[in-house]
Amino acid sequence: MSFEPLQAGCVAIIALLALAALAIALQRAQRFLVAFSFVVSALASLLAAAAGAVCVGRGSVSSVTLLLGLPDLPFTLRLDPLAGFFLVVIGVLALFVSIYSLGYVRGYLGHRSVTRLVVFYNLFLAGMLMVVLANDALFFLVAWEIMAAASYFLVIFEDERVENRRAGFLYLVIAHIGAVAILLAFGIMAGLGTGFSSFGGYSFDAMRQSALPSSWATAAFLLAFFGFAAKAGVFPLHVWLPEAHPVAPSNVSALMSGVMLKTAIYGIVRVAFDLLRDCPWWWGAIILVFGLLSAVLGVLYALMQNDLKRLLAYSSVENIGIVLVGIGLAMIFQSFDLHMLAALALTAGLYHALSHALFKGLLFMGAGSVLHATGERNMERMGGLIHRMPWTAALFLVGAVSISALPPFNGFVSEWLTFQAFLLSPSLPVPMMKLLIPMGAALLALTSALAAACFVKAFGVTFLGHWRGGELSQVHDAGWTMRAGMLLAAISCLALGIFPPPVIDWMDAVTQQLVGTKIGLPLGAFGWLWLTPVAAQRASYSGGIVFLGLLVCIPAVYLLLHIRPGAISRVPIWDCGFEKLTPRMQYTGTAFAMPLRRIFGFLYRIRERVRPAAHAGQSAYPARIRYSLRIRDRVWGWCYAPVARASFLLARQVGRLQQGRIQSYLIYSFVTILVLLVFLR
Amino acid sequence: MNAYPYILEFLQVFALAAVAPLFAGWVKMLKCWSQGRTSPGLLQPARDLHKLFAKDVLLAENASWVFRFVPYLVFGVALLAGGVIPSLSVDLPLAPTADVIVIVGLFAIARFFTALAGLDIGTAFGGMGSSREMTIASLAEPAMLMAIFTISLGSGTTSLAQMVRSIQSGQVLLRPSFAFAILAFVLIALAETGRIPVDNPATHLELTMIHEAMILEYSGRHLALIEWAGMMRLSLFSYLGIAAFFPWGIAVSRDMRALGLAFAALLLKLAAIGVGVVLIETGLAKMRIFRLTEFLGTAFLMATLGMLSFFILE
Repeated sequence: MSFEPLQAGCVAIIALLALAALAIALQRAQRFLVAFSFVVSALASLLAAAAGAVCVGRGSVSSVTLLLGLPDLPFTLRLDPLAGFFLVVIGVLALFVSIYSLGYVRGYLGHRSVTRLVVFYNLFLAGMLMVVLANDALFFLVAWEIMAAASYFLVIFEDERVENRRAGFLYLVIAHIGAVAILLAFGIMAGLGTGFSSFGGYSFDAMRQSALPSSWATAAFLLAFFGFAAKAGVFPLHVWLPEAHPVAPSNVSALMSGVMLKTAIYGIVRVAFDLLRDCPWWWGAIILVFGLLSAVLGVLYALMQNDLKRLLAYSSVENIGIVLVGIGLAMIFQSFDLHMLAALALTAGLYHALSHALFKGLLFMGAGSVLHATGERNMERMGGLIHRMPWTAALFLVGAVSISALPPFNGFVSEWLTFQAFLLSPSLPVPMMKLLIPMGAALLALTSALAAACFVKAFGVTFLGHWRGGELSQVHDAGWTMRAGMLLAAISCLALGIFPPPVIDWMDAVTQQLVGTKIGLPLGAFGWLWLTPVAAQRASYSGGIVFLGLLVCIPAVYLLLHIRPGAISRVPIWDCGFEKLTPRMQYTGTAFAMPLRRIFGFLYRIRERVRPAAHAGQSAYPARIRYSLRIRDRVWGWCYAPVARASFLLARQVGRLQQGRIQSYLIYSFVTILVLLVFLR
Repeated sequence: MNAYPYILEFLQVFALAAVAPLFAGWVKMLKCWSQGRTSPGLLQPARDLHKLFAKDVLLAENASWVFRFVPYLVFGVALLAGGVIPSLSVDLPLAPTADVIVIVGLFAIARFFTALAGLDIGTAFGGMGSSREMTIASLAEPAMLMAIFTISLGSGTTSLAQMVRSIQSGQVLLRPSFAFAILAFVLIALAETGRIPVDNPATHLELTMIHEAMILEYSGRHLALIEWAGMMRLSLFSYLGIAAFFPWGIAVSRDMRALGLAFAALLLKLAAIGVGVVLIETGLAKMRIFRLTEFLGTAFLMATLGMLSFFILE
């Protein structure tokens, strides 16, 4: 019997759903529940990833109709290369995170019941897999809601804290505003495609065949983009993200940031390239502009955070932006029939989606280990953890290097591909675009440089220097299952950085499906080593040789210098001869980001106060100085607060109708009946 | 298999390691002369390195493995970049490994880890240096890539060896976009190599240090490696400028005479660059750190103008 990818995917989904149900039955045996359920989730994720990998590898398309759903509107599943690619993204990270969860969730045992966590964790995974496999609008939205609801319950898992409930509420509201927009988009596509005659229009197959009038197609696209952007955390709809991601349990944060945002990317790609197809160039331009905005502002806000998980959440906004830049460029190229370049840009975007899943998953798992060990999310109270948590520190460093787009790790590959795509934009026929698009490359460069600064801060303040907090004796490194999950993610980051050509060759099926051509790297002798997306004369990169070069150079220099034994003596810190150094004199995260805060100050809402407190008689020599600094997102004040205020105002006006007197309610009923009588004669 | 390119590769890396201290000495010597002082001679930086290599390492008690790993990494990255940037010949087996964007990435690795080393000991100076270095770098990198993109748009490639070939074969002659790109590149190179007006390599006055502040705690062979890598960085940026703007002389054919000529041309160009650097350094004062946004903004503007003029005029 041969391996049927779609069946394997279904088995994985069923296993996860069954596990969610089984967890309730097993809630008495918490320890067993954790061990059993996460092992099975890991296996199911592996199966899903394998199904996706095989499907993309074969370039096959298969679909199945389920015996579920509404009359006339059965649920259908379809596995094509695009769905397969995202199955791999979800499955691989879910595998690593499930292994990590074996250790991480054990930390909750004894404090609180983890049944809810296990149930919703598995529902969440199943929801994401179903979103990717759905082949009709109804099933897509059902799966989308399962995913959103399950993740809401995961966000409020530790619901005794007010901020968690608030974050969960905000998340739920924005997720549903987005869902409504997506629903409307599908409605337009289904209704106008079939002329409102049957329910048949709701299947994606019918949408693929129908040709919409261009104005309606635009409306559908804009609604879909708005809806998916709300889920993906695209600027300025990102506000829920830095609230909700940090408060969820860390394994869930890893999945939310790493892969849940990618389902929205999947939605955008599916709608733009598959369901609506012929996009005008300015759709791509919209995505490109929002992508660049998210990238630059996401990283600038990330830089100002001192909460490690919040910093990572803002950096997800940045990375989603980079993915969208690739997709936007691909749409622009595609609209001018430059298929080869569209394939390059799309590959860049999707490669970044895969890379980001891995390194952001890794970083959140690392932050989770730190939280697990220290009970602390604020970097300003950490420091020097590299001595206490050597494994976590080293693996977090791998993630930090990858996300900062440094060769030879995976973040650099996708960034390099995106730059190449930018550099090919002069082949566009419109002069204005030739001029403006390369400016986007400069913004991307700014983003990557700021990301490096951001992660020097994140790693340096958390893991290097001296411990700044209180009790240190209980801080310990992560357990072996947690290490294993992080180690696998770190190895994948490196592997994707060193061997991109085989991966891109594998991904050719996706570009073949969506833009009708493939990059087709020359895979001759040693072809797997060289990344030459356009032509060898134009540009080439070999992560493998860069890695090998460093691997040879560094030990060679080390050995050369150690032929003659030279003593290393440990001495007190020199610090230019300053003697009374204390841990409080270290540069803090706030101090580290200060120059950039001043330079880009106009982008933040900063409230900085310096108040000399008590002074004994002489105001020139205050005994104590109080300093407070608050940096907030400007978007909140610009977009959200007015909407929130307006809705409260409206609610209060409507609330006046409720007076609690039976007489007035009777009058309301009477008026309603009269009005109905007038209109429904 | 032909061994010639591999020998050449080795020769070029070796030449970089040997020339870098001499070039640093040359700049120092010119600077002394221009300020009316007696110079310590061309070999002083090399003698300093030799002395540092002979010394024992004093390591701060709380230094982690990151701190000890960084010197080797920084040095290794410099060697690797030296093998990629064509300085003597374009016929290098390593040249296709990395195009210009990757070279910028290689410099970024060295900077990232040096900044981490600055934070590792937990002194205020180290953190200050790291913070400033990353700030300047994040403003300089977009300008740097814009300058590079302008050139690569002209020559249709991001591979340095190909750029050299196309400029030498006369496809790309002096263009207005190049003039802007050169100006931008010079400003950025000053920032990236830590020269006046951005950073002062000679200072040990605590509050003005940037690069020096990060490596304050290093000693012995670790310091020697970092110092050497710093000198190589100065040479590498010069090589990068030479390859992108003035590649005439770099050997394209495989004969010994061309190689000899290439070496002579390289030394001449470096000597000229040294004069340029000293003129800038004696003519300008070090800037306040928050004035640097204007400085690097100017660089970015130049690069952007270069790109615009490429589309409008060419």
